[in-house]
Amino acid sequence: MIRLEHLVKKFGPRTAVDDISFDVEKGTVLGFLGPNGAGKTTTIRMIAGYLQPTEGSITVNGVDVVNHPTAAQKHIGYMPENTPLYDDMTVWSFLTFIAEVRGYTGAARRQRVDEVIEACMLRPVRHQPIDTLSKGYRQRTCFAQALLHNPSILLLDEPTEGLDPNQKKVVRDMISDMAKDKIIMLSTHVLEEVEAICSRVMIISEGRIKADSTPRALRKRSSLYNTLTIEVLAPADKAVAAFQAIQDVKEVVRLSGDEQKQTLRLYPRDHQPLAVSAIDVAHRNKWMVTDLRSDQGRLDDVFRQVTTTDDVIRKSA
Amino acid sequence: MDMVQHSKAIAKREWGAYFNSPVAYIFIIIFLALTGFFTFSVSSFYEAGQADLRGFFLWHPWLYLILVPAVAMRLWSEERRSGTMELLFTLSVTPGQAMAGKMMAAWLFLTLALALTFPVPLTAAYLGSPDWGVIVCGYISSMLLAGAYLSVGMFTSALTRNQVISFVLAVVVGLFLILAGFQPVTALLSKWAPSWLVSGVAAFSFMPHFETMQRGILDIRDVVYFASVIGFMLFLTHLVLSNRSGR
Repeated sequence: MIRLEHLVKKFGPRTAVDDISFDVEKGTVLGFLGPNGAGKTTTIRMIAGYLQPTEGSITVNGVDVVNHPTAAQKHIGYMPENTPLYDDMTVWSFLTFIAEVRGYTGAARRQRVDEVIEACMLRPVRHQPIDTLSKGYRQRTCFAQALLHNPSILLLDEPTEGLDPNQKKVVRDMISDMAKDKIIMLSTHVLEEVEAICSRVMIISEGRIKADSTPRALRKRSSLYNTLTIEVLAPADKAVAAFQAIQDVKEVVRLSGDEQKQTLRLYPRDHQPLAVSAIDVAHRNKWMVTDLRSDQGRLDDVFRQVTTTDDVIRKSA
Repeated sequence: MDMVQHSKAIAKREWGAYFNSPVAYIFIIIFLALTGFFTFSVSSFYEAGQADLRGFFLWHPWLYLILVPAVAMRLWSEERRSGTMELLFTLSVTPGQAMAGKMMAAWLFLTLALALTFPVPLTAAYLGSPDWGVIVCGYISSMLLAGAYLSVGMFTSALTRNQVISFVLAVVVGLFLILAGFQPVTALLSKWAPSWLVSGVAAFSFMPHFETMQRGILDIRDVVYFASVIGFMLFLTHLVLSNRSGR
């Protein structure tokens, strides 16, 4: 289990992490989201025992990271941002080095290195120097390094950054496979990734936690959640008026259309589902419904809502 | 137990890093070629008609001045530049263990290069009957001197992610340590500095300690001097490494 209490990190006058507290339990895949410069990497580096917090405490499996970093690091596998690796070594000799540092010796070391090479599908490149590897293999080598001592906590800083869709899927599958008996914390700004593998999402911005829940619950905060997009064969003004008359409908927006066919988006008043009443209206007016979709909400929508403050707008302007 | 294993693993890795690249071979070839050139051509080893290695060891402080920083410059700069320092210090490795491993590998490498000069004493032995005690003492002092330069280079390497800056700084500090006891420098200093400062600065110099040992006198004070230079530089390196701010 990871516990952060009132964590603060200042770099000179700049506060990168501003009073963050949270717990993560075993079996959780925590997606750590946020715009660039939000403090994700800084927070992860502090948990990994690389940076000293300015204030606050961190414990992993009950071990104090700030005062006993090397003891805590035995519980942690860490994949830093941008996959730094010893480029002059081969994959095999690099992983052997990591195994040695992690306390494996003799036959157990050889066996463990072979296991992770197998698990991370590195066999074809195991005798290749790391600086000749493709991005995907490089990423997996760094991932293998984090897994080597079979830690109960994995910290992955942008594990799929720069990979093609197939490679992303491989890495995601590996993460999902291990999720049951570990804590996995990954930072990303790829929202589909969060949807695909995370059981918990945290959005941070300007060093503070802005949202913390499941991807599903978070989607519900989207303004599009449970909106109904309906395509009907009807005159525009009549259709808008008729759907607007439904009690649960807050607003009707005409997305597109011509004289015969309209595409309308119906916003519910209080997240109620609208499909039944909308079909009923169409039926009573004898309009043919050609398409009907209810929106599950979108994380990118929530992400923007939560992280777009005046400051961010000013910075990107 | 951790400590020994960590340092050993890191030392092995560093040793491999020297020999995986041309660095090791180029260094050894240049070191041997230069010692040969200075000993036989400049110091006129044959013509001197003396079966001792004075003319061989004489040049070591100057060769090390340039060559040791070249060996040391990548030790930490490279880790900083490529970001592997973050990897290293999240593997349960402490800065002290990493430092010990790197120091061990680099010093051993320099010792290997030094050991490969064995034909020089063999030549002396062939031509005459040298005092082996003096020769052994000379080799020990040269090794200690290399270690002292190395610790300086280790420190400057920890300061920056740029190997060139690390190299230049190490050469400048090394030059100071050679010249601090050099007569023109002390003369210049004594014009305005109080005499205690002049002798204080002069005491920092490698040269008097190196020269006593060259005469075959294994004085514990000289050994302590080199050990304390190394210790102090490693202490400073440790300070720099422990205060990393990350960005």
